[in-house]
Amino acid sequence: MDEILVLAEHRQGELRDITFEMLFAANTLGKENGLATAGLLLGHETSGLAGKLKGACDRVLVIEDPELAHYNADQYLMALETAVKDRKPLLTLIGHTAMGMDLAPAMAARLCLPLVTDCVELSLEEGRLGVLRQIYGGKINAQLVMKPSDHYLISLRTGAFDAEVEQGKSGDVETIPAPAWTNLRGRQFAGADILVSIGRGIGKPENIPLAQKFADAIGATLSCSRPVADEEWLPKSRQVGTSGKTVRPKVYIALGISGAYQHQAGMKNADTIIAVNKDPMAPIFAIAHYGIVEDLLQVLPVLTEHLATK
Amino acid sequence: MNIVVCVKQVPEVTDAELEINREGTEILKEDLEFDINEWDNYAVEEAVLIKEAHGGKVTVVTLGDEDCEDVLRTALAMGADEAIRIDEQGFEFSDAAGIAQGLYHAVRDVPFDLLLTGAQGSDDGWAQVGLTLAELLGISYASLVVGVEIGEGTITVHRELESNTQEKVEMPLPAALTIQTGINNPRYVSIMGIQKVRRIEIKETGSKELGLSEAEIGSQGSSVASQKLSLPPVGEGAEILTGSLDEICEKTAQIIRDKGGVM
Ligand SMILES: Cc1cc2nc3c(=O)[nH]c(=O)nc-3n(C[C@H](O)[C@H](O)[C@H](O)COP(=O)(O)OP(=O)(O)OC[C@H]3O[C@@H](n4cnc5c(N)ncnc54)[C@H](O)[C@@H]3O)c2cc1C
Ligand SMILES: Nc1ncnc2c1ncn2[C@@H]1O[C@H](COP(=O)(O)O)[C@@H](O)[C@H]1O
Repeated sequence: MDEILVLAEHRQGELRDITFEMLFAANTLGKENGLATAGLLLGHETSGLAGKLKGACDRVLVIEDPELAHYNADQYLMALETAVKDRKPLLTLIGHTAMGMDLAPAMAARLCLPLVTDCVELSLEEGRLGVLRQIYGGKINAQLVMKPSDHYLISLRTGAFDAEVEQGKSGDVETIPAPAWTNLRGRQFAGADILVSIGRGIGKPENIPLAQKFADAIGATLSCSRPVADEEWLPKSRQVGTSGKTVRPKVYIALGISGAYQHQAGMKNADTIIAVNKDPMAPIFAIAHYGIVEDLLQVLPVLTEHLATK
Repeated sequence: MNIVVCVKQVPEVTDAELEINREGTEILKEDLEFDINEWDNYAVEEAVLIKEAHGGKVTVVTLGDEDCEDVLRTALAMGADEAIRIDEQGFEFSDAAGIAQGLYHAVRDVPFDLLLTGAQGSDDGWAQVGLTLAELLGISYASLVVGVEIGEGTITVHRELESNTQEKVEMPLPAALTIQTGINNPRYVSIMGIQKVRRIEIKETGSKELGLSEAEIGSQGSSVASQKLSLPPVGEGAEILTGSLDEICEKTAQIIRDKGGVM
């Protein structure tokens, strides 16, 4: 059975409304035309999100990889391409959002697909796709009928469809293997003004939310040393050092990082460096401006609280 | 830092009453005023600002009829150095992908470090041409850009996301950016300013010179089979208050009071 693929949009661990709006549109169109709907999740540690999608589509497709933890056009385009080639859907829906506007045109050009952006209504008659767009600042309605195609790419305007999508579908979860990340063009998350950087001292991935909470409290971005990226606890793009990125934030907070020179090379020019390490002899203290010789797991909750109550 | 900026002429519609021909195929444009697309104005300003800070040359490109020379002159008056016009012939009824093909063939031989477009056109609002170009050129890109920092061989940009948040991304040059409004304060162009750039020659080209076949552009190359325009129902929702200005204001004052608008 032909399929409608819906690219689920999520940010900071939450599915965004547009995802359900698209599923609403897809399920309606699917019901009228005997098409199945599949929610496509690109991300890292997405089982929670997959659970929330299940009831609203016939199938949940997941591509899991640390590189997909945060939106990035380079990796997302590749993953999306992989999914589309695997599923060959009749229709792929993307939100006309900051993410979708960044993805859909390049995706269409890459796969030579017909694309119509910013649609507010969809219809399928005898296999022909019709869409309604509002143009000239909403002063004109344009009803488009597309030329026949095996696959259409459509972006939907936010708020054009109901987000209260009916639940109760089966939504089996299927995994699609992540692609090999070749031929990327090098677009990366850039170093932020404040970096909270974790090293092997964080211990285990279960402790990362502690650091994330702290980072959120001060509006910082999470980065890491090489072992953390090697373990795939954070994406490689977050790695600071000679084989990662060179950063120059206003404040760099190193948590459980020893301070090997390969790491130092990537961060020693930060305006202020604060280091937390159990070992008073850790080389990081040689370049840090401020040091805390404590267990970072003890320090983090207290520090976060102090900052949150201010 | 050499920069190419794609600019488009669009009708000014915020204050205009739009009309459509009987067949619903076209907007009647005789009485409309034309100007540079709002987003493109910011893109030109950004290019000129970068040039002023880092040196280099700014080339502006448009795809349109002869009248569209006006937007090129405006951009030259703002500080662009060269201009190219791709004639519209053959591109009528192109979709965004067809327009991008035309621009691609014109800019791929221009050496540049940065390619800027507006985030979207205020007319058809595809928000598509800029990133289609980036993909055809095979370069990295970012959309909805509200801040630019030039590095050595790289560029760091701020992208505007929803709910007043931004993300910062870094990429190697050359790169393509689509510019969001508010990134800068576009300079004012006087008639005098446009007079001054009158002698700058505008390079002309067209679909044939660019080696594009009919199948790639225009209605043949478009993925749209048909388009029917209509005016959306207006005034359906609001009760329009009528009478003299004084009467209207009295009614309005009463409504505000009735609805609890006065403490
Ligand atoms: C990705 C993206 C995100 C965006 N996010 C936002 C957003 O969050 N918020 C937002 O507002 N816009 C946003 N925009 C921009 C949006 O598309 C419009 O361009 C914008 O909202 C138009 O603002 P406006 O109505 O004030 O101006 P215009 O569209 O220019 O309208 C001005 C209106 O004022 C009327 N008018 C003029 N003079 C008078 C007068 N003397 N008396 C009475 N009426 C008069 C005109 O008739 C016209 O209707 C976004 C655009 C993009 C691409
Ligand atoms: N005919 C054109 N000539 C030059 N640039 C264009 C043209 N159409 C679109 N563009 C560029 O692409 C951007 C996005 O337009 P659109 O994809 O049509 O919404 C515009 O802001 C322009 O920078």
